[in-house]
Amino acid sequence: MLGAIWSLLNPVVFLAVFTFVAKVLGAAVDDYPVFLLSGLLSWNLFSVSLSTGAQSVVANANLVKKVYFPREILPLATVGVALVDFVLQSMVYLAFLIVIRYGFVLGSIWLYPLAFVALSLLTVAVTFWVSSMNVRYRDLQHLIGLALLVWFWLTPIVYAAGKTHEKIVTGHRLGSLFWRIYLLNPTAWIVFGFQRALYHSPDANAVLAPFTTAQLGVGLCVVIVILLALLYATWRIFFGLSGDFAEEL
Amino acid sequence: MSIAIEIAGVSKRFRMYREKPSSLKQRILSGRVRAEDFWALRDVSFDVAEGEFFALIGQNGSGKSTLLKVIAGILRPSEGVVRQRGRIAGLLELGAGFHPELTGRENVYLNAAFLGLSHRKTDAVYDDIVEFAELREFMDTAVKFYSSGMLVRLGFACAVHVDPEVILIDEVLAVGDEAFQARCLDRVRTFQKEGRTIVLVTHALDMARQLCDRAAMLDHGVIHAIGGPDQVVREMRRTISKHDLEFAREEGSREIEILGGSLHRGADPLAGALAPGECVTLQVDLKANEPVDDPVVSFALHDGANNFVFGSDTAQHGLALGRVDGKRRVRFQLGPVPFTGGQYWVTVGVHSRDNQRVYHVQDQRYSFEVRQTEGRRDQTYVPVTVGVEEL
Ligand SMILES: Nc1ncnc2c1ncn2[C@@H]1O[C@H](COP(=O)(O)OP(=O)(O)O)[C@@H](O)[C@H]1O
Ligand SMILES: [Mg+2]
Repeated sequence: MLGAIWSLLNPVVFLAVFTFVAKVLGAAVDDYPVFLLSGLLSWNLFSVSLSTGAQSVVANANLVKKVYFPREILPLATVGVALVDFVLQSMVYLAFLIVIRYGFVLGSIWLYPLAFVALSLLTVAVTFWVSSMNVRYRDLQHLIGLALLVWFWLTPIVYAAGKTHEKIVTGHRLGSLFWRIYLLNPTAWIVFGFQRALYHSPDANAVLAPFTTAQLGVGLCVVIVILLALLYATWRIFFGLSGDFAEEL
Repeated sequence: MSIAIEIAGVSKRFRMYREKPSSLKQRILSGRVRAEDFWALRDVSFDVAEGEFFALIGQNGSGKSTLLKVIAGILRPSEGVVRQRGRIAGLLELGAGFHPELTGRENVYLNAAFLGLSHRKTDAVYDDIVEFAELREFMDTAVKFYSSGMLVRLGFACAVHVDPEVILIDEVLAVGDEAFQARCLDRVRTFQKEGRTIVLVTHALDMARQLCDRAAMLDHGVIHAIGGPDQVVREMRRTISKHDLEFAREEGSREIEILGGSLHRGADPLAGALAPGECVTLQVDLKANEPVDDPVVSFALHDGANNFVFGSDTAQHGLALGRVDGKRRVRFQLGPVPFTGGQYWVTVGVHSRDNQRVYHVQDQRYSFEVRQTEGRRDQTYVPVTVGVEEL
């Protein structure tokens, strides 16, 4: 119960702070809190699952060594907890959209479930991988912290993908190559999807990634297919390693 | 009868790393890792039938716990497969499946969940569990404050109340007090009557002999003996007594000690199996630690199924040893042995003439084998001479 309150408080504080900041200091993006939270909540799910999921097997060494149970429960449980948080926080966020009369646009909201499926697949797949690898290599959890930091800035959460795109492509000789590499990042596509689904301020087309709703729909479907393959691969890795957890710990 | 656990060619290898790379950094810096293989189990194969009470014995480090963990699915065999049917409950280690920070009550639900029981089904057996564990007033205390005896009680109570088809018990039971152990064994016996399967690791050899249907002895990861518990326990005693004389059952006040017994064929130590009808000599060496008047030396023979077959003593044959101080050698010369094929176990003892004082007994320490005559089903051997005459 207390945990639920904390996780509800998190987006409330974020919304309050950034509403204030945007009002007082001004922001390059209209309705900045709406924009920020649309991507940030999904990132929170991903990063919390990864950093706690990495420990999930190691932290339960006592159980793994002594009792039989399906080992995949451990990483799945961490993702489950993070998912509950995500749902609670999203409810606060959606309530906020209603309260400030921001509203929804039917033409793009259907991207939301698609992005959510991609997000869940990616989170489960990567959490499987890190939780099993961390059994053998205990310093992986530190590397994950660093990797998440870099990954965060490679994902257009706090900055506007559209404006960044314009800057790189026009401002640099190899700009369009960089942009293509940037698009290899699955979290970028997931965040594109969430943002397009929820953010529709007047200059949305300048702020958001330079794709139409339909293009993003197709893109997310491709990402989902790739992530299904990734999930299968990490699931196999997890099962390959999980038989030896009891003696590695 | 159908098979509850099938163990087929199971080997378990542990990697013993000199320096185990436990971080990516080390792994990258040190290149190839040196590891040595240690085989805790080697090509173990046997079946446990449904409803069987199976004992697993063996010296420390022989692989008993490893085998139980492989059966339970905690460890994966390096080679071979284990197939089991039904829900397996295990009492493998003290406090296994308990979270130290949670209360007894929460842990009962946790433990039951590990054994595949729903919350509602756990509600139904919760009171029985608490009752059996006799921990009613401690159920809201964190398990980390429990004594080891309390942990075993709760663990056993959970394991037997979740309706498992198979229960695996490692030596943990030895931690509980005797009254609780007796109750556990009682419960295990009811279990067996209900047609459930039990695999028990124990050091209490006599208990194994009395309770179990079948036993296997592990030695350095290999099945050294398997079969009736009497035979396996005896094999265990014999193996152990080679390393550790304390272990074979011996008792007595030791005013006179048995230095050793041995079997001879004629003047030579017995080698190989006897043929039915051969003669054998049992020789017992004694040493008096203080002068003793008129002791009696006796022996008994048991067959492979632990049936008493024959015994005798010096008094019966009119031999008085008189006042014994120092060492003596007593010889029993047995006439043509009437036994048919099998292993025979020899118990030797020294006691007072009225049997009130036992100076020293070595229980089934020595043995000899009688060859089975090919294709015969004789119960006993009777020397026969044949003749024929014209009428
Ligand atoms: N996780 C492990 N890593 C390496 N060696 C182990 C491990 N577990 C057990 N062993 C070794 O395997 C052997 C058998 O152990 P165990 O099954 O516990 O024997 P027992 O229960 O018969 O005393 C021992 O030599 C022990 O040191
Ligand atoms: Mg053991």
